Amino acid sequence: MAGILIYSDRIKSALEILAAARQMGKELGLPVKAVSINDDGQADALCQNGAEVQRVNNPSINPADAASVATALKQAADILSASIVLLASNRRSKEVAGRLAQMLNAGCLTDVNDFQVKNGRIECARNALGGATVSIQVIESENQVISLIPKAVPIEGEATGTVNDLQVEIPPSRIKLVSTKSKSGDAVNIESAEVLIAVGQGLERQEDLRLAEVVARSMGGELACSKPVATDRKWLPEERVIGLSGKKCQPRLAILLGISGQVQFVVGIREAKTIVAVNTDENAYINKMADYVLIADLKDVLPELAQAVGGK
Amino acid sequence: MNIVVAMKQVPDLQQVRIRNRQPVFEDVPLTLGAIDKNALEAGVALKESSEGKLIVVSVGGEELEDTIKEALAAGADEAVLVQDEKLVGAESWVNAAILAAAINKIGDVGIILMGEGSSDNYSGQVGPRVADILGIPGVAYARQIQLDGQVVRITRSLEDCEEELEVELPVLITVVAEINEARIPSVSQILKAGRKPKEVLEPAELGIELKAQKKVVNLSNLAPETQRKGIVVKSVQELLQILEADGLMGR
Repeated sequence: MAGILIYSDRIKSALEILAAARQMGKELGLPVKAVSINDDGQADALCQNGAEVQRVNNPSINPADAASVATALKQAADILSASIVLLASNRRSKEVAGRLAQMLNAGCLTDVNDFQVKNGRIECARNALGGATVSIQVIESENQVISLIPKAVPIEGEATGTVNDLQVEIPPSRIKLVSTKSKSGDAVNIESAEVLIAVGQGLERQEDLRLAEVVARSMGGELACSKPVATDRKWLPEERVIGLSGKKCQPRLAILLGISGQVQFVVGIREAKTIVAVNTDENAYINKMADYVLIADLKDVLPELAQAVGGK
Repeated sequence: MNIVVAMKQVPDLQQVRIRNRQPVFEDVPLTLGAIDKNALEAGVALKESSEGKLIVVSVGGEELEDTIKEALAAGADEAVLVQDEKLVGAESWVNAAILAAAINKIGDVGIILMGEGSSDNYSGQVGPRVADILGIPGVAYARQIQLDGQVVRITRSLEDCEEELEVELPVLITVVAEINEARIPSVSQILKAGRKPKEVLEPAELGIELKAQKKVVNLSNLAPETQRKGIVVKSVQELLQILEADGLMGR
């Protein structure tokens, strides 16, 4: 019998995918199984949330080698007769998704934002054309690999699940992990911020960043930016980039300073509840995307704004 | 040892307009994927530390011969193009099968470079699929690549960390945009690039039969509906009053 298999290298996203898989499983009439790899803590967490866990413990699996992880998942899918594999949509999992899809002769969709089961098919929504459009796609091949963008899904209380051990055979990895270092120590998570102050290339002076930061802090929010501010000017770290290749954020309030609104940026902020755009160009595309538009020079606006919110 | 860069022909996304929520491709020129250009630039740098050719490989329709000139102008020595009108908008697994077959035909390929995702579809699966077909290791999201004899040292950029990796050749590497700044060739370089060797193949010459069978189908592709107020305010003071009234200023 066919089934759904889930895997993530992180506990949090494994639980989120588990919830999504249950919803799919219920509507498609398919059983859901979860694989944990060399992570007993995750196996326990999944089990406590009612999952039927297949625990794989094999030191030959190299987490830095997508081929190695995909080989383990391929064998698990074969042994458990799973035809649908759900993965997270972080960089590591996306690489695994491509490998695994090839091994399973499967169709594959990555960065899936949302899904709906209709007529026995999983309709997946994902950004296309650099975020200008949202494409609805369906995998028609028997085997399917889908990577889902993590989304907080409430986990319903289910009875405790089960944990079984699963044996896989993994050839030695050809990739050697020499070292890992965490990025820049800037442990900000703009995705969970309620208020975002985002700066773009319209912010001309680097010293004005400080004012934007004051505004962000005073409003209980975080400072964010468009991609060029981080990658070209290197004024802020990549962790603060909003957009297609950055973070997709859904704050209550986003104040966008000097941002013109290329689609690659907009895709990361269009879920915001309220958007304010401040820039000098009254024809900027972002103005169409905003609830409130202020056409003004940031050199004047920033000090005034900083003072106004700082005084609170 | 040859270095291959796989590049995808895509519509210039800056010029795609939206009309009634539909993307309009009329008169939109074709170009090469943005991150693919970073992959090519990385190939140009690696070529300096290795002997062999830098070959660009691409899959697509007839306009490909024209589009690829930009890559030849930006440093590729020659191009291998697999053309068929049926390949316009082909699925990832089809592109992967063709790229792998073309790479096998070229022979003596030590490093294969790609962008981490294409500009139009951005699914990031062609690289890992090609590596699997060729049976070689793959490393995605490289921010730095150093070739040292038969070993490549790669810095991989993940969301929250960076990994230093070592792999023996051959290897398939996908790069992130931050790896370098891709050069923009001059018009005279593009004109001269027309003289560089180009091999144009049909899928059948690589033993690939194009089937109508699809693995993934598109049901729709529309711009999301936006419902924003679009109210123009005159001053910071007015803006803050409105945000206050909307209950957005509380902490």
